[in-house]
Amino acid sequence: MEELVNIFVRSIFIDNLVLAYFLGMCSYLAVSRTVKTSIGLGFAVIFVLGITVPINYLIENYLLGRGSLSWLGPGFAEVDLSFLTFIMFIAVIASMVQLVEMIIEKFSPTLHNSLGIFLPLIAVNCAILGSSLFMQERNYANLAEVASFGLGSGVGFFLAIAGIAAIREKIRYSNVLPPLRGLGIAFIITGLMSIAFMSFMGIEL
Amino acid sequence: MSENINNNKEPLFSYKNKKLLSNPIGKDNPITIQVLGICSILAVTVQLKPSLVLAISVVAVMGLANVIISLLRNTIPQRIRIIVQLTVIASLVIIVDQVLKAYMYDVSRQLSIFVGLIITNCIIMGRLEGFALYNKAWPSFLDGIGNAAGYGAILLAVAAVRELFGAGTLMNVQIIPDIFYRIGYENNGLFILPPMALITVGVIIWIHRSRDKELIDAS
Repeated sequence: MEELVNIFVRSIFIDNLVLAYFLGMCSYLAVSRTVKTSIGLGFAVIFVLGITVPINYLIENYLLGRGSLSWLGPGFAEVDLSFLTFIMFIAVIASMVQLVEMIIEKFSPTLHNSLGIFLPLIAVNCAILGSSLFMQERNYANLAEVASFGLGSGVGFFLAIAGIAAIREKIRYSNVLPPLRGLGIAFIITGLMSIAFMSFMGIEL
Repeated sequence: MSENINNNKEPLFSYKNKKLLSNPIGKDNPITIQVLGICSILAVTVQLKPSLVLAISVVAVMGLANVIISLLRNTIPQRIRIIVQLTVIASLVIIVDQVLKAYMYDVSRQLSIFVGLIITNCIIMGRLEGFALYNKAWPSFLDGIGNAAGYGAILLAVAAVRELFGAGTLMNVQIIPDIFYRIGYENNGLFILPPMALITVGVIIWIHRSRDKELIDAS
């Protein structure tokens, strides 16, 4: 249990997807003009990460990795399909996003309306594929740990995008140098936020 | 952005085709102007060498993906085109990944997940959607190479700044002479850390836009 909380907090603050690894930067910069839409995108990312990362973990362990097909019989024990990882993960993500969209549309039209256009956009968000690949690289012990890593990464993305949207709403009233307006200042603010988040780095959990 | 280019009788390097290649490097740069493909990439710019490898990989993947999609553009059904595009890109990236693992194992370790993330690099998807789906193979190839080169140029610029100030080296060769260190010069450790990548890009955008006033964002 303690380990799960550790992984969760670590992936929110220390290994923050946006501020430490620059994943999901495209949608992070494109959608962060107002707080409301960025919160919508943040929730959609938490949702999709919480689902796809555990599914990809199962696929990795029971289909693709070396020896993971041994449950089919002794003849399959040596099969190593790990070169198919990328194509498998991206297919899972694209289809899960589609599935999640249909389920939400069916059961909660209000949520679907508020997430709206963001759900299909997420399929090509690097944060999603990136955390699946990190999950593969970091060798988590079991499904619960993977799930808490996925959720934590989502919450980290949520925090970062909500933060920058709030700052960008305020900065509209400031007198920024003309060539820096828009994209330039957004980058520099993100850099400063990232410095702030680095202060969590020394924490040993 | 569906410029339709009809070049049945044009020479291979006509004016229009050269523009396709050179525009994205400067005026229409994918990173600083179109805001595509910033995603995964800043994290590899601590040193010049992995950035160079990544830039070359992106050029290869993007040129080939654009050609393949543009050859298939009349056969792909409109509704499933995203899946087809993702599959093409993913297969190309798998090839690049296996080649890197076979011939440059330590660089491939250093790049870790970022080779895989070329798949979700929005420049590639963006150019496939916006250009290759509507144009012939040769202009699409040039467009792919041009955009990937514009992307690579920013990548290398950021990496050069960070490696020079962060470690005093370029391509692992010491640039700042020893005498500087004896006088009391010190490497700026902040440049090795992630935040400086973002701030460096911010400054590059600043320089780019102050030289070219029409690019300034009015809002």
